[in-house]
Amino acid sequence: MVLGLLRKSAVDVPFLAVLAVITVLVPLSNLALPESSPLHLSTYTVTLVGKYLTYALLALAVDLVWGYCGILSLGHGAFFALGGYAMGMYLMRRIGDRGVYGNPVLPDFMVFLNWKELPWYWYGFDHFWFSLLVVALAPGLLAYVFGWFAFRSRVTGVHLSIITQALTYALMLAFFRNEMGFGGNNGLTDFKDILGFNLQSDGTRAALFAASALALMGAYAASRLVVESKLGRVVAAIRDDENRVRFLGYRVEQFKLWIFVFSAVLAGIAGALYVPQVGIINPSEFSPLNSLEIVIWVAVGGRGTLYGAVVGAILVNFAKTVFTGVLPEMWLFVLGAIFVLVTLLLPDGLTGLWRRKEQAA
Amino acid sequence: MRPLIFGMGRWRIAMLIVMTLGFCHAAADPGGSFADALARLKEAPLTEMGEAVDRLAETKDRGVAPVLRALLDGRLYYRKDDGRVVFGDPAEDGLALVDVLDGQALGIVGKFELKKIGINNALRTHLRETLGRLELAAEDAAQRLKAVEAMSKSLDEENLELLRARLDAETDAKVSEAIETALALADLSSNDKAARIAAINALRGSLNPDVLNRLNQLLDKDDAGQYLEPDSDVRHSAQVAVKSIESKLALYRAVETVFFGLSLGAVLVLASIGLAITFGVMGVINMAHGELMMLGAYTTYVVQRLMPGHLDISLFVAIPAAFLLSALVGIAIERGIIRFLYGRPLETLLATFGVSLFLQQLVRTIFSPLNRSVATPSWMSGSLEINGALSLTLNRFYILMFCLLVFAALLQVLKRSRIGLEVRAVAQNRAMAKAMGIPTERVDALTFGLGSGIAGVAGVALSQLTNVGPNLGQSYIVDSFMVVVFGGVGNLWGTLIGGFSLGIANKLLEPYAGAVLAKILMLVFIILFIQKRPRGLFPQKGRAAEA
Amino acid sequence: MTVVKAALVATPSDDERTEDRRIEPAHKPILYLEDVTVSFDGFHALNALTLYIDEGELRCIIGPNGAGKTTMMDVISGKTRPDKGTIYFGQAVDLLTLDEPAIAEAGICRKFQKPSVFESQTVFWNLELAMRTDKRVWPTLFARLTGEQRDAIHEVLETVGLTALRDRRAGELSHGQKQWLEIGMLLMQQPKVLLLDEPVAGMTHQETERTAELLLSLEGKHSVVVVEHDMEFVRSIARKVTVLHEGSVLTEGRMDEVQNDPRVIEVYLGA
Repeated sequence: MVLGLLRKSAVDVPFLAVLAVITVLVPLSNLALPESSPLHLSTYTVTLVGKYLTYALLALAVDLVWGYCGILSLGHGAFFALGGYAMGMYLMRRIGDRGVYGNPVLPDFMVFLNWKELPWYWYGFDHFWFSLLVVALAPGLLAYVFGWFAFRSRVTGVHLSIITQALTYALMLAFFRNEMGFGGNNGLTDFKDILGFNLQSDGTRAALFAASALALMGAYAASRLVVESKLGRVVAAIRDDENRVRFLGYRVEQFKLWIFVFSAVLAGIAGALYVPQVGIINPSEFSPLNSLEIVIWVAVGGRGTLYGAVVGAILVNFAKTVFTGVLPEMWLFVLGAIFVLVTLLLPDGLTGLWRRKEQAA
Repeated sequence: MRPLIFGMGRWRIAMLIVMTLGFCHAAADPGGSFADALARLKEAPLTEMGEAVDRLAETKDRGVAPVLRALLDGRLYYRKDDGRVVFGDPAEDGLALVDVLDGQALGIVGKFELKKIGINNALRTHLRETLGRLELAAEDAAQRLKAVEAMSKSLDEENLELLRARLDAETDAKVSEAIETALALADLSSNDKAARIAAINALRGSLNPDVLNRLNQLLDKDDAGQYLEPDSDVRHSAQVAVKSIESKLALYRAVETVFFGLSLGAVLVLASIGLAITFGVMGVINMAHGELMMLGAYTTYVVQRLMPGHLDISLFVAIPAAFLLSALVGIAIERGIIRFLYGRPLETLLATFGVSLFLQQLVRTIFSPLNRSVATPSWMSGSLEINGALSLTLNRFYILMFCLLVFAALLQVLKRSRIGLEVRAVAQNRAMAKAMGIPTERVDALTFGLGSGIAGVAGVALSQLTNVGPNLGQSYIVDSFMVVVFGGVGNLWGTLIGGFSLGIANKLLEPYAGAVLAKILMLVFIILFIQKRPRGLFPQKGRAAEA
Repeated sequence: MTVVKAALVATPSDDERTEDRRIEPAHKPILYLEDVTVSFDGFHALNALTLYIDEGELRCIIGPNGAGKTTMMDVISGKTRPDKGTIYFGQAVDLLTLDEPAIAEAGICRKFQKPSVFESQTVFWNLELAMRTDKRVWPTLFARLTGEQRDAIHEVLETVGLTALRDRRAGELSHGQKQWLEIGMLLMQQPKVLLLDEPVAGMTHQETERTAELLLSLEGKHSVVVVEHDMEFVRSIARKVTVLHEGSVLTEGRMDEVQNDPRVIEVYLGA
């Protein structure tokens, strides 16, 4: 049925099919094939691609608000990081007495800071379900409160972008403080297991990969349904002419708020999947640069298409992996050039080139 | 080539230090009476030391005070092998020696090669007295003041005698005041009630921290709950005096906070005023603005390296150089990128952000990722002492002045010059301006160059406050956008007032919340403020603003 | 408060208002603007403007540039808040307490000077978006078109003459077609009052004629307020014309009366 609803966009079905194949084949080639096989994928590769997929989910979230609603959020890294921190808190609690200090209740950094008790906001994170709830709720709530203020007073365009940047910047400063109780500078790390499965084992890595791919597929399908619904058209209308929509009787701020919160929750989920795979979350995830990078993934892939965001996130991050491995000092030049060239020459992104060809044919 | 120049610079600076520091008396009369007296001091047995000290003092040589001080502190030695009198300061593996006569460093030697010139208690008192008299009679008023302050710490009969004697001869108002304060402090312990009250009244206006301590002591109780000061009239006077002093101190603290706030505000204004032009007047959002500031700061650094020995004037070269460099880079950005993106502010934001990454990495490649420290010229270091409770650091003071100057100059340029008129015309109605024959493209480029150039100038100012590094600009970009938005886009006065009020508010919050939290609170405040007044403090009104 | 207001309106005191009643005796006002003042930086865009629009009436508003015509529409539709004065819709609804969506919901719909349709969406979708229905977020997310709604859209497509273009993107329409589409979007909202800002600006002669027919066909079903510069057009549709000058009503009456009024001639010609 879902597929039936998705048929409007010719890309969706093959796109989801490719993702589904990857979801099955990548873990399989890692677990079932012997290392000597040319088709074997190392655990390192599986984790790397898994990381790309969480980035793709994050880019999808940004595309929803930027590509469809015209809100250029320069603070989506904050939602990603909040989801990541929620997951990180669960993983910290799972360490139990296996930490350096062996304290069964307090994470190492709290022992180090001479804290005697677990702060109240750490309660509940020993339960997986509770952490999952916070993964969605924390970014969602922040987006709701922030959006409620921002959209109600009709802050738009560049002004909105700048205050989203200020938001993530303020959060970064806050999370750098030890007093916040989130590990300060170092963040949360040294995780041991998730739901009892060793985070270092191949099986867990493969499962996390599959979970990321499934989350991306689910988010993609859900986002497609949203943007193809009447709500999606209202949102696109807001992007094109916000005032007109208002005079048609729609409460523009509520639609923006809805899509913003939805997008923030997706970003939070992406963060939660990212943290167990890379094994660390620290305040630098809040840095304004990170949030801007997400935007450029979307721009590279082509905004307002959903699949463009996914393609862009994977391509740019692949390029980043290659460059930082070979010519690390060149990467910022390349990234800077991508920013300039894509905005100047490729307003519809790489997938836009392909679409243009399609239309010409 | 460059390292050679830099190398020479370092050598010259070292020379300069040796020459100007001049703690030695520069061998004024190497074979004269001072040397003789010094030799006598070395040889004299303890019983004759007092006389030797007096003889030394009579030479009135500039070197006397340091020698006596060293003697008092047990830092005066002579070398066992050649008998040279030296200052010895503890260093690793022994003592670092400096020749008393010519100020030459003699390297580090073990303790056993030296003999300390020792003293006893009677001599110690005599030394202090002699030193006090010597220092109180110094030609330089600042030195006399220092001596008085040192003596105020231990007000025994001897010192009081010296101070009283000096008060009659003293011509400098500040020194007189310090002496009077010291004498009054001593009178607080007088047995005569009237003298105590008179002393309290005399101290009422003093901002000396010792005074407040002593007065507060008068109001303390001992363990048995009895007042240390038995007389209630005296206590009452003391109370009044303490109140008066405390309210004065509070006032000066407030003034100081406002000054700190203003100087932070000046930095914010400098950082955002160029942005107020490009963003406010042209509507172009330039994320590389911070990097243009960074270029200005690096220009200062390079100029200083290129003209070593002329540190004091290097800033005056750096300011126009930074303006030109940043303006040119700005014009290049405008011509190369931004002009293709007019009317698409979000794309402009992204493209200029790309430029900022590029510039950062460029600087990192050329100058290394490490911070570079830019020297502060002598006329900018030190502080402006207003009184005992208030002193303003000169570099912040100058930057505040500089900020106002730049602002005034910019206003004049926009108001009076041809280009200013054109800029305002284009900002108000681009199509109309074009129709009237104003070359809008050229005006765009020049406006952007102007805003960028001011960023460069701001960078010069910043280099005097913080380390110069590739991330210098990044840390200001959010702040400066906040200032512009807070002040009201398109309004230079709004930027000025917005910057100063944010700076002051930040400094007012800091004592209670700490620096980081204060910053977070300010950001939250602005986010909330924009909700209430989306167009900032001084909004543009009318139909034009809605377009 | 409302009762007092109604009483005030029921007993008009000045001559002009008595004149109104003489011209359109059968209808009662639906829109009341009283003493409305708006100023930008000291400039009075509206200056104690008092104006009544009757139910089902087709009213043209003319006046030289800067007379306050667009600002008047802005204050009615909620875009601009007046500094002073009251605006009532019917006798019970104080428009100053409502925001733009609520005013639209209440039945006052507006077309802008510049045609503003959603160019990336089809003509049909444009009309569907405008349709009078539950416009809250969740109902919109799950909205499915019913047969009745489809019929309603087709009916409006017929009315504005865009049936053949229903699946075209609005961005591909001609200027005149966009204007009609926008009027169609207003009709989809089943409004009581339509505010039309320069509906024929930039139209060809034939398009203007068709628009005139369209507007005349609306008369009686909706109150229509038209701001226009095109005097030919105004003459072809006007029953009653209001002349604004410097933010307040200069005169009101039939087109021929207004055109011969020496004060009107003076403000237009500046003589």
